[in-house]
Amino acid sequence: MRTLYISLISEFYKSRKTLALWAAILLPVIICGLITFGFYSSSERIIAFHYPPMILWANYSGAALGVMGFLIMPFYVIFMAFSVNNIEHKNDTWKMLFAQPLNKFSIYAAKYLYAVFMIFICLLLFASLTFAFGHLLQVLVPKYNFSQYNPLHILINSYAKLFLSSLGILSLQFIMSLFWSDFLKPMGIGFIGAIMGIIIVNVGWKYAYFIPYSLPTLALRITKVNKGANPLEFPVFTQEIWTSLIYAAILFIVGYFIVTRKSIK
Amino acid sequence: MPSFTIETVGLNFNFGQQVILKNLSLQVPKGSIYGFLGPNGAGKTTTIKILLNLLKSPSDQVFIFGKEINSNRIDILKQVGALVEQPAIYGHLSGKENLINRCLLLRIHKSKADEMLALVGLTDAANKKSSQYSLGMKQRLGIALALISDPELLLLDEPTNGLDPNGIIEIRNLMMELTAKYNKTILVSSHLLSEIERTATHVGIINHGQLLFQGTIQELQLLNKPLLEIEVDQVESAGALILENGYEIMAQTKSKISIPYASAAESGIVNTLLIKNGFTVTSLSMQKKDLENLFLDITKTD
Repeated sequence: MRTLYISLISEFYKSRKTLALWAAILLPVIICGLITFGFYSSSERIIAFHYPPMILWANYSGAALGVMGFLIMPFYVIFMAFSVNNIEHKNDTWKMLFAQPLNKFSIYAAKYLYAVFMIFICLLLFASLTFAFGHLLQVLVPKYNFSQYNPLHILINSYAKLFLSSLGILSLQFIMSLFWSDFLKPMGIGFIGAIMGIIIVNVGWKYAYFIPYSLPTLALRITKVNKGANPLEFPVFTQEIWTSLIYAAILFIVGYFIVTRKSIK
Repeated sequence: MPSFTIETVGLNFNFGQQVILKNLSLQVPKGSIYGFLGPNGAGKTTTIKILLNLLKSPSDQVFIFGKEINSNRIDILKQVGALVEQPAIYGHLSGKENLINRCLLLRIHKSKADEMLALVGLTDAANKKSSQYSLGMKQRLGIALALISDPELLLLDEPTNGLDPNGIIEIRNLMMELTAKYNKTILVSSHLLSEIERTATHVGIINHGQLLFQGTIQELQLLNKPLLEIEVDQVESAGALILENGYEIMAQTKSKISIPYASAAESGIVNTLLIKNGFTVTSLSMQKKDLENLFLDITKTD
């Protein structure tokens, strides 16, 4: 446990000054900032629709969730999996890392957990900024009715689903990035996978939940369907979340065997 | 206490079908500077990677501090510092940050980073991005990283690669200080004998994965027997006469014959023998190969 902890601390230390760390912070700040700016600058037009508070929140948070879930999230996960391994490929430091008196599993698990943690931070920021900026809009444009509804539950549930549904992609991409030192292979496969995932969900294939790349889209789609009926009651642990978690667990273990057999040439 | 810090017992290692190490039996005594010599591709780096358990050796063939490596990996690595091939440095971090990162991993106090920077003379460049370091500075940072945990054993793979003469001398002095003052053991690989003959106390020469010589540097010098080189006419018949008189011919060219050198008096006897039999001896001299040529000879055998 102690080795895992120090390996994790080291991962954070190493990644400071890298894009991987800053992307987790900048991405939500920029996207939520832009959406908020949009709602601020065209407030009169939006107010004219006289949305009930819940629908206003849904439109507002859905803008970030939509962009995030369909497009940015898969790519962000692919990029995180790449960058956490690339830091060792690029500097040729795998051999140094594995020559330290540290348990090999801890080194591997720390890298994986770091990526999970960064994705978590990124999504937590998305949820918090959506909430905070919504209330900021209320202050700036008092005619909005954001304050009449508490979207916290729905935000937490949606982002929790998005987070859990992306772990399958993370594990898969993590193995690819561990295996290949170049940028193109994992990014190329990930890119095609993500696009394919979206298409498969949109054509409504019955077994879409078997494709890890489809899971974030699938998770959010079901959220939306349920939202109309009873927005507070939609379950987090649905079929695609379980599939994602099973993929994540299996591929995480497979990745460990790849690491232990990885010859440091 | 085991007498050898590193001992490999008939170590064999293959990459698939390709045999890399054959029956390698290294014996590195405690407190020595062991020069591990061999041409490029002889198996030096592979051996060092096996000693770090980066490549898995067959069980019961590699012992460090008397312990089997596969079953005592972490215990052994706690006492080992290494520099393998190019130094492994995070280019986006400064020299100091690289050292602090290592302190974090090894649970060492961060103040050790400054101490190490001073030791290898990088204090002024401590906060510079290490990707902007010169090759020599990177190499020195690599050595600082290897030394930071104050290890008993240092494995240095071609540490003077790319260094200027000053840098080479600095590293040489550092190695001597570490063994003399702190009784560390150092295994240093090189493809140039001249580079380590002044520092090494022991030498192992490897080629095609086989250990061709192992012993102290004095033992290596003893191998280096002097020759008597005789420049004479009618080389063929002169050679025959020398053989008839019970001498051994080590080498023969169109104008010269080389036999083992015994003493000045013995050389005189050979000279008299040739002249009495009507040969003209134009020169007679004792030749001793330098160690560099000896090394080339040893590694040239097949």
